[in-house]
This record gives sequence, structure tokens and C-alpha cells, in this order.
Amino acid sequence: MWTYILRRLLQSVVVILGVTLISFTALQIGGDPTYLYVSERATAEEIEMVRRALGFDQPLYVQYLTYIGNVFQGDFGRSLSYRQPAIDIVLGALPATIELTLFAIFLAISFAIPLGIAAALNRGTSVDGGIMTMAMFGQSIPGFWLGIMMILFFGLYLRWFPISGHVPFLAPLFAGDFATALRNLPQAIYHLILPAVAVAFYSLSRNARLVRSSMLEVLGQDYVRTARSKGLTERAVVIHHALRNAWLPVVTMIGLEFGFLLGGVVVIETVFSYPGIGRLVFNAINQRDIPVVQAAVILLSGIFITLNLLVDLIYARLDPRVKLAGGK
Amino acid sequence: MTDIATDGLTRLSVQSGPRWRRELARAGRSMVAARWPLLALFILFVVAVVAIFGPAFSPMDPNRQNIMLRLAEPGAPGARGAIHWLGSDGLGRDVLSRLLYGARISLLVGICAILVGGTIGVVAGLVSGYFGGWIDDIIMRLGDIQLAFPFILLAIMFLVVLGPGVGNLILVLGIGQWVTYARIVRAQTLSLREKEFVEAARALGDTTPSIIFRTILPNIVAPLTVIASFNVAAVILSEAALSFLGLGVPPEVPTWGSMLAESREQLLANKWWLAVFPGLAIVVTVLSFNILGDWLRDFLDPRLKEQG
Repeated sequence: MWTYILRRLLQSVVVILGVTLISFTALQIGGDPTYLYVSERATAEEIEMVRRALGFDQPLYVQYLTYIGNVFQGDFGRSLSYRQPAIDIVLGALPATIELTLFAIFLAISFAIPLGIAAALNRGTSVDGGIMTMAMFGQSIPGFWLGIMMILFFGLYLRWFPISGHVPFLAPLFAGDFATALRNLPQAIYHLILPAVAVAFYSLSRNARLVRSSMLEVLGQDYVRTARSKGLTERAVVIHHALRNAWLPVVTMIGLEFGFLLGGVVVIETVFSYPGIGRLVFNAINQRDIPVVQAAVILLSGIFITLNLLVDLIYARLDPRVKLAGGK
Repeated sequence: MTDIATDGLTRLSVQSGPRWRRELARAGRSMVAARWPLLALFILFVVAVVAIFGPAFSPMDPNRQNIMLRLAEPGAPGARGAIHWLGSDGLGRDVLSRLLYGARISLLVGICAILVGGTIGVVAGLVSGYFGGWIDDIIMRLGDIQLAFPFILLAIMFLVVLGPGVGNLILVLGIGQWVTYARIVRAQTLSLREKEFVEAARALGDTTPSIIFRTILPNIVAPLTVIASFNVAAVILSEAALSFLGLGVPPEVPTWGSMLAESREQLLANKWWLAVFPGLAIVVTVLSFNILGDWLRDFLDPRLKEQG
């Protein structure tokens, strides 16, 4: 078990180093990165000054080592448009993005699991067909377009939901202001529903299919047949024998899902003018504010890698086979 | 020795003629029986025709602006007796014409990205699986690192620096896909490497590249087509998302994603047609690729159907 944990930890460190290498390469790929940090009207002396200040006149390996050092200290440089450290701006937008992502994952999982199970148990019927058709559509609709359609229909036509904005819940909670957090909660959820559905729909569909196939596989196993032949009720078989084994792949999937959801979040926040990291990145792209883009991308990747590590460790606890093998 | 080998090969290829045709007939029957894949194929055919001959059908110049006819509703008359069947946008450009041109970019980017990613992935997977050892380790760890990094973030990072452009988009989207191909190809190569016909080729003195590309590769084409089909769908979705963020193609090039991005400005004014039609075009195309991929997977490997 410890070997496995150590191995996974080391792997994550390697991956994070890989991420820094990739993001460093991204900076260098367009030629001299100095030009990304100066305005278009900068004079030659100004450019030279910035180049020296940021160390772009140094040899590449020195630049990379400095870059890694800075990244691990959270120093991505100053934002070009906000005149503040880029990391502060990104961290300020983080709680809103976490709220949206968590709510979306909650929606995706809480619908995908029952739908997948229902489809598996009613295999070949119209229930199965209906759920799988919905899932097929869900995997073919761009989340941001779904968001736009929901704004048009539920927001502007029916006027059921707000089409933009955000009521903070996590920010006051982290600040220790529980009363405000609690008071904000209903409004926070009300504002989150449309964007979260837009973010979650793709994952929901994919996972409903995954749960279905995982469940079908388990239902065909000998121990399920044994449980049935013992005369257990179908309910007991499904809950105690099938589900317990079918949900292992689902745990792994939740970890991987964060990555996909984060991708969706970046785009969908823009659609709903939701003040999270996604919209921040969108604005930073348009203003070519490279430090903010870099800080946001590396922070999100770091979160994603950490979550995957956690999920794998939880998985190792749940599935004794991982322990016995001492990692693969 | 060589004679026997050549003789064997000729006989094989003679036999593969009718067999190939039989398989195609079986595919056709299975497709007709399943109905939806047939419709999907038809839709993709139409999209492909539009992509290739789009300019000929297009009622107007997709970039022609007309301030007098801004935001015309669908069906409204346009300049010189033409009709804006799907309305016009904030600059008075015809939505239908832009949609037809957009098909070209979406398909072009989707297919080229798959070719780029597929080529890198297949070569990496073949090398990795056939040679094993340290080269396998390096390639697969590289893949792990890339997958540990949400793809869209990677794409954003590179495109912000490289700037928008069809070539850059294809490159970034292609590189984003290689790991999937490499993993599948590696797994298949590992099992094929020990098979008798590969042993035979080795015993006959074939060179390593020849064994890899002419003996092993043809045997893994089937699973590759399945991934490619799903992949085109995924790439078109990514292209739309990146274009939506303003990272896709230059503004004067109409794509479905950039049309949706522009529709945002008119959203509050309820100009629904600017958002509905490009979105529908994406959904119908992506859905067709997904349905086709699903059918292809079941057709090539009926065992998978059991598991859904």
C-alpha cells in the first residue's frame, strides 16, 4: 500500500513538472516571449528593460529553472491589465469556479447513476432506449450552446431563472462568515442551476452510459447469479451485490470528470458572465494578458492532478486488488 | 524462399478481393437494419457535399456586410431579390451562407486534426508496442503527462501564444488526440507481436519497418476507424469551443463556433436565429459521427454490444 502511495505521489510530481515544462514551452514557442509582456507601442528601450527584468536574456535552461522556482512560489508575474500579481486575481476567482464545478459534478453524478442503473435493469426496453438516446444527444451538444439555448428559453422567454450573475457561498464560508453563507445559499443555487446544467450535461450523458455498461457487466457475473438463485429479492441483489461492485469504475470516472468539467467551465462561464476563472481567462485571452492565462491554467491543472491523486488513493482503499498488486 | 512468400501473398490478395466485398455487403445490411447509422451517414454525406461545394450553393457572399439589412429575421428579403432564409447577423451578413462556409472549416479542422493526431499516435503506439523497453516507457509517460492536463487548458495556452489560425488549430487539436491512438495501437501491437504471422514475417527476413507497417498496421485498422469516428466528433466540439473563446480562426473566417461567439452580443436582444442555427449544425454533425462510431464499434466487435 505504502509503495503504491509513494509511487503515485512521485508520479504526480513528475506530471506537475511536465505541466511546467509544457507551459514554459508554450511561452517560448512564438519566439521571444518578451513581446507577450509589453504593450504594442513599447519602445526598444522599454522592451529591452522588460526582457532583462523578466530574465528572457538568460540561457533557456536558466530561464526554465527560474520559471519552475517562480511557479512553485505562485509567482506568475504581474497581470498586464490589472496591475496586480496574476495569482491573486486568479485565486480571487477560484471560489466561484469551485462552486460551479462541484455543483455540476453533483448534478452529473446524481442523475447519471440512477439513469444508468435504470437503463441497465430495463435493458432493451423503451426506458433503456430513451435514456441512451438522451445520452447520445448529451454527448453531441456543445455545453456552451446548451447554455445559450437555456438562456434564450428559461431565462429570456419563460423568465424562470437568472441568466447571469453569481451569489457567493464559498467565499463567505471560507472567511468564516457562516451566517452570510447560509443566507446566500438558496440564491447561490438558484443562480447556479442554468450554468451547472450546461456544464454537467455532457458528463451526465457519458457517465450514464458508463454506469449502464458497468452495471450490465456486473449483472452477468456468477456471484449475482448465485445471489439470485439464493432467492434474494431483485432489490437486494441490485443494491448489495451488483451496485457494490459496479461503482468502482464510477469512482475513477469522477476524478477524470473534473478535467472535462473544468474544460467546459472555462467556456460556459463566459456564456453566463459568471465571475470565475473561466471568464477571467476569456478576458485575459482577449487582452493577451499572458501571466493571468498561465496562472489560471497551471492552477487548474494542479487542482486536477491533486484530485486525480486523491481519487486513485481512495480507489486503492476501496479495491483490495490494488493493494495486493502493490500498484501496477 | 522468396518465391513461396510472394506466392502466398498473391494468393492472399486474390482471396481478399471477394472477402472485402462480402464484408462491405454485410456492413450495408447491418446499417440498413439499424436505420440510424444509415441516416447519420446520409447527413454526413450532405455535410461533406456542402463543405466541398458550399460556395456554389451559398446564396450570398458570407462576408458581405450590409448595414441596412442588419439582424434581418429568417425569411426576410435581402439585397437584390435574395432572401435571408436563416436571417442575417449584426453586420448584415447572411447566416445561411456563413453556415455553409462554416461546414468547410469544421470538417477540414476535424479531419486534418485526426490525421495529425492519428499519425503521431499510430507511429508512437507501434514503436512503443513493438520495441517495448525504455522507448515504450518514455512515450507512455509522455502520454500520461498530457492526459493529466485538461486538454482545453493546454490548447488555450498554446493558441494564446501562437495566435488564431486554421493551421495552428489543427496542430493543437491534433496533438491533443495522439495519446488515445497511441494507447490503443500499443495494446494491439503488444498482442500481435507474438502472433505466428508476425513470427513468419520475421523468419522470412522482413525488415523491422516492413513488419511494423505492412504486417502489424493493417491488422489494427479496424479499432482505429472506431476511435477516429468518435474523435472527429470530439474535435469538432473542441474547435467550436476554442473558436467561441476567440482562439480558433481569424475573425473573417466563418466557423460554427465563431458564429456562436458573435451571437452572444445579440442574445439579450433575443435574436435567437444567430445562436440556434450554427448550434444545430454542430449538434447534427457531431451526433452523426457519434452514431456512426457506435454502430461501427458494434459491427466490428459484436462482443462489445453485450456490454452496451
